[in-house]
Amino acid sequence: MLELRDVDTYYGTIQALRNVSLSIGDGEIVTLIGANGAGKSTTLMTICGILHPRHGEVLLDGEPIHTLPPNAIVRRGISQVPEGRLIFPDMTVQENLDLGAFLRTDEAGIRQDMEYVFSLFPILAERRRQTGGTLSGGEQQMLAISRALMGRPRILLLDEPSLGLAPIIISQIFEIIRKVNENGVTVFLVEQNANQALRIAHRGYVMENGRIVMEDSADKLLSSPQVRRAYLGM
Amino acid sequence: MIDELLYFLELFFGGLTRGSIYALIALGYTLVYGIIELINFAHGEIYMIGAFTALIVAGVLGIYGFPAVAILVIASLAAVIWAAAYGFTVEKVAYKPLRGASRLSPLISAIGMSIFLQNYVILAQTSDFVPFPQLLPDLPFLEHIGYIMGPSDFIILVTSTLTMVSLTLFIRYSRMGKAMRATAQNRTMALLLGIDANKVISLTFIIGSGLAAIGGVLIASHMGQVNFAIGFLAGLKAFTAAVLGGIGSVPGAMVGGIVLGLCESFTTGYFSGDYEDVLAFGMLVLILIFRPDGILGKAKVQKV
Repeated sequence: MLELRDVDTYYGTIQALRNVSLSIGDGEIVTLIGANGAGKSTTLMTICGILHPRHGEVLLDGEPIHTLPPNAIVRRGISQVPEGRLIFPDMTVQENLDLGAFLRTDEAGIRQDMEYVFSLFPILAERRRQTGGTLSGGEQQMLAISRALMGRPRILLLDEPSLGLAPIIISQIFEIIRKVNENGVTVFLVEQNANQALRIAHRGYVMENGRIVMEDSADKLLSSPQVRRAYLGM
Repeated sequence: MIDELLYFLELFFGGLTRGSIYALIALGYTLVYGIIELINFAHGEIYMIGAFTALIVAGVLGIYGFPAVAILVIASLAAVIWAAAYGFTVEKVAYKPLRGASRLSPLISAIGMSIFLQNYVILAQTSDFVPFPQLLPDLPFLEHIGYIMGPSDFIILVTSTLTMVSLTLFIRYSRMGKAMRATAQNRTMALLLGIDANKVISLTFIIGSGLAAIGGVLIASHMGQVNFAIGFLAGLKAFTAAVLGGIGSVPGAMVGGIVLGLCESFTTGYFSGDYEDVLAFGMLVLILIFRPDGILGKAKVQKV
């Protein structure tokens, strides 16, 4: 469904991605794990059109999308929950969610999805008139995921959703990610928390210094000695 | 005693009138700054061009014998549209190509644009003061308080209040208003939600320029004359107002404009008109030293 082919992305003269190729199939949860600075977020920003690859292609259903502006990519059904959540702090929870549906005009569908995200995260319904900045870290992460879902994406990209959250909140968030996937959304999950990520993913890629160095089913990666040593601390 | 009170009220309403014009212009600075962190130094010139447009349109319509109210409405609309077109074009020509450059480059470009527009008006029109037609109608119901508030003061206050209320509602509730706020708070996230930042930036320039044009028409009718340089000082004062209120904050620009207008009016009335500009720019220096975030601005935490 989504495929990266030999992608090189640069920040000015610094090369952040080297020859990255990966593919995400319809209905899968695919995870990309790696250390800080490996190029995971750059990969997501390249998919979303915030950064453009210098070489290589990003294909959605076989069609190249890497030259398109971000709004055209969102319109094609790709939503991202970025690192650090990037909630609009001075806007209410409701307004943050409204903006998630910015490109949509199907009022009935929007209302339906609003109910759906409130059913996933009832706490957000309670806090809908509060500004985003007053929420706790976990609530902000829930809001960021909900906001992305309000775009009714076919593919949901998540960048370190577990970052800085308490373990109990992390399990809750991963449970929701699994549920969202079961409801038909393809998930591409970028994580440093390799253990949690590989437990819910079907397949995984390992990234080091801007390159993909391993790729396998999640179970195999979880039991691979290399991954265990480098990312699971075992 | 009663005389003193009347004098105070006169100064008060005079200050409000002046302040609401500053506020209208200051909004343009603050909106643009909020979105792209640029001080658009050509903004004062847009205000001047708004006034000139109204002057020309009013002159032409006058020849054809249109009624005064029709002239006022058509001339103001023309000024708003024309100034908005200028604001839109200035952004495309002078700032957009420099996006991603260091912060100094668009600033220099803005100053250049300001000088260019002033000289363009000198060449295309004149460098002299030109009389501005009396467009604002007489309001008989103000007759018995005419001493403290004349008809033009009244119209300026009402128009600018209505304009600012509509702007606030637009930013708060409309789809594009939300997109503007989102872009101001976090550009990358706005892009990730499919908001077209170029459209938002253009819209911001269009709105800011339209507001400045309204201010230009109002003040030109109030003063009765315009020239190519009126935008320069008014622009600097409005910039001071925007900084005073907290640059980037919409209510801040409104409050800052009113506060500056009142301060100037009282200084002029109780001390001397000679110190009016000294006061305004003295205030700017003091704010920058003691409260750089302004009255309603929020301290921005510099991210490492």
